[in-house]
Amino acid sequence: MTNLIKLSAADLSGLLADRSVSSVEVTRAHLDHIAAVDTDVHAFLHVARDAALATAARIDARRAAGDVLGPLAGVPIAIKDVLATQDMPSTAGSKILEGWIPPYDATVVRRVRDAGLIPLGKTNMDEFAMGSSTEFSAYGPTHNPWDLDRIPGGSGGGSAAAVSSFEAPLALGSDTGGSIRQPAAVTGSVGVKPTYGGVSRYGSIALASSLDQVGPVTRTVYDAALLHDVIGGHDPLDSTSLTDSWPSMAAAARAGLADGALKGVRVGVIRELAGEGFQPGVRQRFGETLALLAAAGAEIVQVSAPNFEYAIAAYYLILPAEASSNLARFDSVRFGIRVNPAEGPLTSERVMAATRDAGFGPEVKRRIILGTYALSAGYYDAYYGSAQKVRTLIQRDFDAAFAQVDVLVSPSAPTTAFKFGEKMTDPMAMYLNDVTTIPANLAGVPGMSLPMGLAPEDGLPVGLQIMAPAKLDARLYTFGAAVERLLEATWGHTLLSQAPELAPTEMFASEEGVV
Amino acid sequence: MKKAELMDYDKALELFEPVLGFEVHVELNTKTKMFCGCANEFGQGANTNTCPTCLGLPGGLPQVNAKAIESSIRLGLALGCEIAEYSRFARKNYFYPDTAKNFQTSQYDEPIAFNGQLTIELESGRLVTVDIERAHMEDDAGKLTHVGGQAGRIQGADYSLVDYNRGGVPLVEIVTRMIEGGEADSPEIGRSYVAAIREIVKGLGVSNARMEEGNVRCDANVSLRPRGSNILGTRTETKNVNSLRSVERAVRYEIQRQAALLAAGGTITQETRHWHEDTGITSAGRPKSDADDYRYFPEPDLVPVAPSREWVEELRATLPEPPAARRKRLQADWGFANLEFQDVVNSDLLDAVEATIAAGAAAQAARKWWTGEIARLANVAGVAAHSLVHPVQVAALIELVVAGTLTDRLARQVLEGVIAGEGTPLEVVELRGLAVVSDDGPLIAAIDEALAAQPDVLAKIRVGKVQAAGAVIGAVMKAMRGQADAARVRELVLERAGTAQ
Repeated sequence: MTNLIKLSAADLSGLLADRSVSSVEVTRAHLDHIAAVDTDVHAFLHVARDAALATAARIDARRAAGDVLGPLAGVPIAIKDVLATQDMPSTAGSKILEGWIPPYDATVVRRVRDAGLIPLGKTNMDEFAMGSSTEFSAYGPTHNPWDLDRIPGGSGGGSAAAVSSFEAPLALGSDTGGSIRQPAAVTGSVGVKPTYGGVSRYGSIALASSLDQVGPVTRTVYDAALLHDVIGGHDPLDSTSLTDSWPSMAAAARAGLADGALKGVRVGVIRELAGEGFQPGVRQRFGETLALLAAAGAEIVQVSAPNFEYAIAAYYLILPAEASSNLARFDSVRFGIRVNPAEGPLTSERVMAATRDAGFGPEVKRRIILGTYALSAGYYDAYYGSAQKVRTLIQRDFDAAFAQVDVLVSPSAPTTAFKFGEKMTDPMAMYLNDVTTIPANLAGVPGMSLPMGLAPEDGLPVGLQIMAPAKLDARLYTFGAAVERLLEATWGHTLLSQAPELAPTEMFASEEGVV
Repeated sequence: MKKAELMDYDKALELFEPVLGFEVHVELNTKTKMFCGCANEFGQGANTNTCPTCLGLPGGLPQVNAKAIESSIRLGLALGCEIAEYSRFARKNYFYPDTAKNFQTSQYDEPIAFNGQLTIELESGRLVTVDIERAHMEDDAGKLTHVGGQAGRIQGADYSLVDYNRGGVPLVEIVTRMIEGGEADSPEIGRSYVAAIREIVKGLGVSNARMEEGNVRCDANVSLRPRGSNILGTRTETKNVNSLRSVERAVRYEIQRQAALLAAGGTITQETRHWHEDTGITSAGRPKSDADDYRYFPEPDLVPVAPSREWVEELRATLPEPPAARRKRLQADWGFANLEFQDVVNSDLLDAVEATIAAGAAAQAARKWWTGEIARLANVAGVAAHSLVHPVQVAALIELVVAGTLTDRLARQVLEGVIAGEGTPLEVVELRGLAVVSDDGPLIAAIDEALAAQPDVLAKIRVGKVQAAGAVIGAVMKAMRGQADAARVRELVLERAGTAQ
């Protein structure tokens, strides 16, 4: 029998549709693999084995009864712990929400369930999505399947590790400054940050409201498109959700598989993100990819985005400012843990303070303090106000660039996966890792990361970032699918097929009860 | 500060000039809350009208209530404000357990309405124009109940309960500019201003406007400036003054308290103060400095509100006549004296009297019935007069009196029947058999009997002492159980006594 866990969601969809396999079989295969390898990878904070098998059985029954089901019905999915799920704890990787089970589902979760997908569990992340390595998870880091001593990226390292270690064919992520794309890059998977407002944020535990966007994490561009079609579209519960009607992303991705799809496409290379200061292997693979694109008929155009140099500075004012306010609600009054002060009277203010002191990790505290400061009277104009102006300038840079080209490309991250602990004591070094991904969040434009090879010096995955004008997510999928096809044709295999096999731990976790 | 330590009011005004400012919060009566679909209802079980958004749960997001925007714009227009072409919500960040998100979704530098004016008339006839700085939208906080310790105070409480039903209810906060020159009228200006706001929101139908339920709440800012100085004094903000009379009392109290303190060489602390209805004093709340930092920033979860000019004009066209203009018009139409009219207004019976007149009653009769017998019965029943009986029934009752079917005394009985739910006035007349006896036959029989029983009276009448007829008339009215027209009885008595002209 085929190794079900190695199949793409699209392939599984076909097998499920013609009833060659059941959803229960597919789901069990993934759960067993999670049990075998997740002790090492630690992609999951919660595995809902029984619920997943029960849901799979229901989908099988519906299919047997002749119900019309969506293309991804019966396909398992992993859900980033930042999303509210009413049957699973939702902690956002934080101690302060330990064990909290929301009374509601996030809109994207509701849509995933309605489309018949099988939630396997919740994936690890940096606490409240603050980080680029998952080292800031309160529940311990996730390990990169390519090298267990290295970070899987962040904040969505759990979702990226889950798909790249074949624990799940699909995952949901959230991307505030690169939390979908950078983990995708360093794990050799595909991640998409949709246009701001393209996917509902309702039920996504907010980091920075004006930057957050939920999106797909997968192993192929086409799978990402299929998932995007499930989760995207207007949601009246999110006021910033766009009311536009969207074309099928899956159809757009299929269009990219046509011969000659790259011919005449104007591909902009952003001078400021072209690799200066980047790891040599990242630069090398980027250069080779551009050459392949040119050979396939694409027109490579150098463009400049002069204000991108201020992007990190602006981002690290806007994000903490919004986060400091969004995270104010974690006060022990209505949900989450409560910690009483060690001594002195139990006033609500003191209990709030003690709870937040015990419940928040160091990076969260750092950003709350930064944001509180940036919003303070007398500093607002200099910090938050100036950052918003930079944001406008960056949007103009994008407008100017997209006046010349169809898509923009850059490496997804300056380096391959780094080792645990390497940047923990140097927040600035950690922040700089987001230099490539942050501009898209500031401007609200869609971005995708897909694998473009392994860096020769360390044999680790390198990601290509593609960006398109706002609302033209479909263009990302068409171009991305074409690039993916071109690269895989050049290599003669998928990138993830080169990943080391993970050895099952000696005792299957499932025999002791799943964590 | 005890009352004994207050400065005499006249003395205080001799030494100081009061400067006022008011923040009035109006709770809108929308069906649902400001930013979610939960019911906006008073008096439900604790925390029943809540959802992830108004409970501030992780992942909850706000959606703006379009009706609340409409009500805010109409209120802004009624206050003579300009309506912003582009308005934004902002987060006001502060930690307090009644505020689920630990920020209030309010408006900061881009309010929906600004630059308004409201002219109020004091009892003396003095007109005072209050400048409105802004009217902005925001959500209300939940309600805290402090258990244990002394009488519901947070200090010394064992624990506190939070009810978030009110959390997220739409509010419009109306902020005045500084009001100078109020002088001795300052307390009355406070009362009249809040009364005018209440009247306006009621007329617009945008709020239930019940101060006792907190639908309209007033924060009163008072400071004193020494005569001859042009430097503003330090102000205090007395919070949540919840009746018109209390606004007046609180302003007066603060003037007297601050004057005594300042005259004794003391200083005023910039702070919020609590108003105590029972003792009529204010007490210190929390210090409030101008540097209080709420770290306002534009609410990133909501898109800006940009009402089109066409919509604003459409809404302007729906505005009712301003209450002050309406009062002026009605008093002139009805020809009421000032006191008569004030009586109607103060009893909150303007609408009832207007509707009664519209149903055909004469103005004075309508006024007399509403402020007289109906108000008396309402007072006994402990309810509002206008809730007791429909104006159409009152007009019908008055018509029966005018037609001579009922005397005033009978009409009062009929009114009781109508209130008791026995039917329309006409139905009550028939049911209770209360109509004036207009057939002379039974009257003549009763008169003859009465005259025969009192021959001395008959003799007096016959020698011209007509006033003696009163005793006979009384006996006849008694025999008829009041159901006779006394004037007609008098005519017939004189006729039967043989002295009729």
